[in-house]
Amino acid sequence: MKIHLENVVKTFESFQAVKGVSLDIESGELVALLGPSGSGKTTILRMVAGLEYADGGAIHFGDQDATDIPVRDRGVGFVFQHYALFPHMTVADNIAFGMKVSKVKRDRSAIESRVSDLLRLVRLEGLGDRFPAQISGGQRQRVALARALSVDPKVLLLDEPFGALDANVRRDLRRWLREIHSELGITTLFVTHDQEEALDLADRVVILKDGQIVQQGTPEEVCRDPKSAFVMKFLGDANVIAAQVRDGRAYVGGLSVEAAGVADGRGELYARPSDIDWSDEGPGIAATISRVLDRADGRRVLATTGAGEALEFDVEPERVVKAGEQGFVTLRRAKVFAV
Amino acid sequence: MRRRNVLPGLPLSLGVTLFYVGLIVVLPLAALAFKAASLGFEDYWRIVSSSRSMASYRVTVLSALGATTFNLFFGLALAWVITRYRFPGRRIVDAVVDLPFALPTAVAGIALTALFANSGWFGSVLEGFGIKVAYTPIGIMIAMCFTSLPFIVRTVQPVLEDLDPALEEAAQSLGGSDWTIFRKVILPLLAPALLAGVSLSFARCLGEFGAIIFIAGNQPMSTEITALLIFIRLEEYDYQAAAAIASVLLLAAFFMLAVTNWLQARALRYTVKG
Repeated sequence: MKIHLENVVKTFESFQAVKGVSLDIESGELVALLGPSGSGKTTILRMVAGLEYADGGAIHFGDQDATDIPVRDRGVGFVFQHYALFPHMTVADNIAFGMKVSKVKRDRSAIESRVSDLLRLVRLEGLGDRFPAQISGGQRQRVALARALSVDPKVLLLDEPFGALDANVRRDLRRWLREIHSELGITTLFVTHDQEEALDLADRVVILKDGQIVQQGTPEEVCRDPKSAFVMKFLGDANVIAAQVRDGRAYVGGLSVEAAGVADGRGELYARPSDIDWSDEGPGIAATISRVLDRADGRRVLATTGAGEALEFDVEPERVVKAGEQGFVTLRRAKVFAV
Repeated sequence: MRRRNVLPGLPLSLGVTLFYVGLIVVLPLAALAFKAASLGFEDYWRIVSSSRSMASYRVTVLSALGATTFNLFFGLALAWVITRYRFPGRRIVDAVVDLPFALPTAVAGIALTALFANSGWFGSVLEGFGIKVAYTPIGIMIAMCFTSLPFIVRTVQPVLEDLDPALEEAAQSLGGSDWTIFRKVILPLLAPALLAGVSLSFARCLGEFGAIIFIAGNQPMSTEITALLIFIRLEEYDYQAAAAIASVLLLAAFFMLAVTNWLQARALRYTVKG
C-alpha cells in the first residue's frame, strides 16, 4: 500500500510538533523516520496510524483519503515502543486478540492455526502459553510484531522498535526484521533516533528536525551527500573546523578543501574521524594531542587545534602517539557548509 | 558464616511492629474468642443461631451485599471519571470522595435520616412513589453505601491512573471497539483492585454501626443489624453473648478476606515470573 502525506500539520497546545510534512512511501518500501527527540517523528507515525488526527493536510493510503479514518478501521499494524502487550493474556492470546475482536469472524481453529503460523514466523514456537512478564524483552518485541501482523495490516508502523533493548539483541532483531520485511513485502514505516539503526535497516531514510523534513534519500545518498551541517552531525561523529571560503575553496591552516557552491566568507569544515590523518610535519592544521583512547579496532585520538577546536580522529593500532605530542592534522575529505 | 543484612534495624523494627500488632489487633480478638469459648458449645450455638441473631445476620449481610454491589459500579464509574476526564471541579469531586472517611459516622447517620425521613427532602418525594427508605433495610443499605464508597474509588483509582494508554491504543489499532477494550483489556487489569475494594467495602458494611442505627429503625427481626445486637447484649452486661455474636461477624469477615485474597492471587497469576 502506497502512503502519501500532504502538508501534514499537528499542533499540541501551543507547540507545533509537525510543520507541514509531505512524504511519499512506495508500496513495499521500508522507510525510517530519523530525528532527535522533539523532531516530530513519532507524531507523524501516530498520525499515519490514526492514533492522532492531523490538524491540517491529508494522508492517503493508496487512492483512499485516510485522514479522518479512525485507527480501528485504518488497517495498520502498530508496534509500540514499550510493546504494550496485554499483561493478563498469554502470548498466544495477545496474538489472537485482533482476530477475536475483528468484525471479520473467524472460527476458533482458523485463529489457532494463524497464531501458530505467526509464532513460527517470529520464532517463538512453544512460548504461546507464557505471559508477557515471563519472557525477555527481545521476545516481547517479537510478540508485539506478531500481534501487529495478525490482522493483515496494509501498513506496518513501528515506534522506536528496538529502543529498549541491549545492543546485541538490537542488532539481531534488526537483521531479522529486514528478513521478515522481504518475506512479507509489507509497506513499513519506523521511527528511530538511532542513525545506525535507520541506515542499517531502511531502504530510505527521512531525516527530520523541528517538525520538518530536512533531507531524505537512500542510506548511501544521505551519508555520501549530506545537504546541511545538521544532517552531517546527526548521521555520525563529525569534527568542526572554522575555515575561510574563497572562490569555491575553503582554506584553513596550510590546507584547502573543495567547497563548491558555498558563498565566500566564513565557513565550517566537517570531517569524520576516519577522514583525518595525523603527521609530525606540515603542511596541515597544527594541533596538540590531549588524550589517546584505546579501542578494539584502533586508537581514538583527542586533540586540540591552535584555535582551540576539539578534534577526534582514529589512527592505526600500531601507531605510537602520546598525550602532549604536537603535530599536524591533514584531511582526506571534508564537507564545507556556510556558517 | 553469619548472614548480614544490608537494611539496618531489622530486629528492632520487627520487634516493635509485632508487639504493636499483638497488643492492638491480636489481643482483643483473642479475648473475644476466649470470652465466646467460655460458653459451652450448646449455649454458644443457641445464642448465635437464635432467630433474632439469624434475622440480624440476614439483614446485615444482604444490605452489605446490596451496598457493595452498588458501590462496585458507582465507585468504578466515579474513579473512571476522576482519572479519565478533565473537568472544572474535578479536584473537588476527588476530595469529596474522602468525606465519608472524615465524617463521624453518627453525623452521616443523622444527616441521612433527616433527608430520608417521611418529612425530609428526599423522603417526602420518595413517599409519593410509595418508597420508604428510613426505618427499612433500604435505609441500612444507603447508610452502608455512604460509608464504604471511598474504599472502591481509592483502590481502583491508582491502578486506573497507572494503566498504560498504549494498551488501549494497541487494542484500538487491532480493531477493538470501546466496549470490547473495556471488557477484555481494562476490566481484567482492574479486577485485582476491584476485588480488594469490594472486600474492604463489604467488611466495612458488615461492621458499620454509627451511620446505620439512626436510619434503621432498629426493629428486632427486621431492621436490627448484627453490630447493634452486639451492642444491646453489651448494654445488658451479657458479655458472653455479645462475644459469641461478634465471633460470627469476625469469622464472616475472615472468610471474606480469605476468599478475596485467593481470587486476587488468581487474577494476578500473569504477573508471576517463571
